[in-house]
Amino acid sequence: MDDLEAAAAESWEHEEKEGRHFLRFTRGQRLLHATLFTTFLGLAATGLPMRFSESVWARGLARAVGGFGAILFFHKLCAVVLTLAFLIHVRDIVTRAFIHREKGIFWGANSMVASWKDVKDLFGHIRWFLGLGPRPQFDRYSYWEKFDYWAVFWGMVVIGFSGYAMWFAPFFAHFLPGWALNAVLVIHSEEGLLAILFIFSIHFVNTHLRPDTFPMDMVIFTGIESEEEFKTKRPKEYQRLAAEGKLEARLAEAPGIWQLNFSRVVGFTAVAIGLILLVLTLSAYFWH
Amino acid sequence: MKTASAIALALGVLLAVAAPALAPAQTDCLACHGDMTLQDASGHSVGVDAHTFAASLHGSLPCTACHTTIKEYPHPEKVTPVECQSCHADQATGLAGSVHAKASAQPCLSCHGNAHAIFSKDDPRSAVYPLNIPRTCGSCHGDPALAKKYGLANVYSLYMDSIHGFALSREGLLVAANCQSCHGSHHILSHTNPQSPTSKSNVPKTCGGCHAGIAAGYAFGVHGKAVAAGNLKAPVCTDCHTAHAILQPTEAAFRMQSTPICGSCHQDKLSTYRDTFHSQLGGLGGYVQTARCWDCHGAHEILPASDPRSPVNHANLVKTCGRCHAGANLSFVQYQPHANARDRKLNPALYFIRLFMNLLLIGTLTFFVIHTILWLIRSRYSQIKTRSAEGGKNG
Repeated sequence: MDDLEAAAAESWEHEEKEGRHFLRFTRGQRLLHATLFTTFLGLAATGLPMRFSESVWARGLARAVGGFGAILFFHKLCAVVLTLAFLIHVRDIVTRAFIHREKGIFWGANSMVASWKDVKDLFGHIRWFLGLGPRPQFDRYSYWEKFDYWAVFWGMVVIGFSGYAMWFAPFFAHFLPGWALNAVLVIHSEEGLLAILFIFSIHFVNTHLRPDTFPMDMVIFTGIESEEEFKTKRPKEYQRLAAEGKLEARLAEAPGIWQLNFSRVVGFTAVAIGLILLVLTLSAYFWH
Repeated sequence: MKTASAIALALGVLLAVAAPALAPAQTDCLACHGDMTLQDASGHSVGVDAHTFAASLHGSLPCTACHTTIKEYPHPEKVTPVECQSCHADQATGLAGSVHAKASAQPCLSCHGNAHAIFSKDDPRSAVYPLNIPRTCGSCHGDPALAKKYGLANVYSLYMDSIHGFALSREGLLVAANCQSCHGSHHILSHTNPQSPTSKSNVPKTCGGCHAGIAAGYAFGVHGKAVAAGNLKAPVCTDCHTAHAILQPTEAAFRMQSTPICGSCHQDKLSTYRDTFHSQLGGLGGYVQTARCWDCHGAHEILPASDPRSPVNHANLVKTCGRCHAGANLSFVQYQPHANARDRKLNPALYFIRLFMNLLLIGTLTFFVIHTILWLIRSRYSQIKTRSAEGGKNG
């Protein structure tokens, strides 16, 4: 009993030592990301065998999930869920911007829209890479995070539209010329490939696997980060909130151990699946 | 009484006088050879099943009709082999010119079975009854060692798993093609011999013997016309369907294997087909509904697209595509199932779209790969610097 109490007290002290924590992502934003990466993994896992249908693993994978009818079914299922998530997100933006007249959606520090600062940050960051200058002071969303967002946004529109054009080809043929039906497959598969290669290499490394965040940035799963992380990763936002006296409003409790562990399991599984798919894709490209 | 014994005596004398001159009757031979355990000096069975023999085709003939050299009893230990050709001259001539001419010491019996149990080919007891033929031929052609020795395919198992083999062995269908339906029986020739019914130029006629309607359609199509004109590069029935392992064409396995067969000649069409959704979706096991070559072009009566009767003629495309794509309209059928995105002249729009997508892919990835690698190096460098300043493990 004494031991247990001592351990509890110690862990409390430990928690205390960790200091303050802040909320970065709301539950809705985390849910959106979770839906996005789950369906994206599903789409990639079912789309790649179609793109590389002549490779050995494609046939094996198709057989494993119950033949090609099943693969196409899951591809469409993931697509529909992702489309719904995308539409809900767009509706959310439109409501906040035009109905509630919320400021700072399309401009300012909290906006996903690129600003002049992002261009300066990009060049500043590269100068820092080369040891030619100081590290840029990032605000709430850095330029590569905004790029990720818009890449997904653009990808969603392009891949989504071309996908539905194939799914309902005779219907789309009422508006599109015949050659466009040829084009949509090229667009769908090339853009899908870009998305897969980008997410499973660039996004994984930039966000999770680089030395500063290795092995995984938990903030997208828990929504909460420590004060130290906040200060070093986004000093501009931290200073801005501190100056405006809004820092305390963002205070949050440290994520529970179960929450961290659950996030780790989910996160590492997603990264592992992604990396496997990346290897398969590259193997199909180079050893076809 | 006196008269009766006189007749008996006369008959007895007559028989006794006539006997040396007459061949021994069946009963005389069977007195010894009716014993099924009887063996000759070298241990071969020389017993004859009298009942079966009596019921067989040759049952009414005296033994000496075939064993012509036996004139008297006791006969010599060594007798000359039976010569079937003394009666069956046509068959023997055919056999002598066939691939089986030297196949066996007793070529007739290899197929017709026990010499004393030969039945009509219409009799289920016959080794050459249609339903028994595959097993009879398979006794040699199902032997992997023999197949290897003569460089032949192990055709028995291929045939038995084919649509013909199923019809014959499972349904007992007498009209199902068995070995001799295509190869003939006595005068069997190699398919390399132009006289053979299985030589490439004769295959359409041979298969058409049963599949008359298909053969007529084939003769009307481009492949049939080419073969008839002497172009033996064009496919005949067996090039697409194979010779022995013929599958039901609607079967998944056949739908999966058929496209590469067409593509073995039409390579450019196969490679462009490979780029399409039809192939990408259909290239994987299990999903076989997507269009294969003949779903659009027809299977036997293949005509050039310029022919108004061709299903891929522009006037027929709405109907042809509409068989799978309900609601296909004139705009829909402008889709090119063999578009080549790599060909700038043929498909300029597609070429530039692909070029743009590729540049976007290569450009984005190149920029970010360099960006990320530089970032990784710099991060690691400053991490080590910070740690060494703090006296950490990298200090």
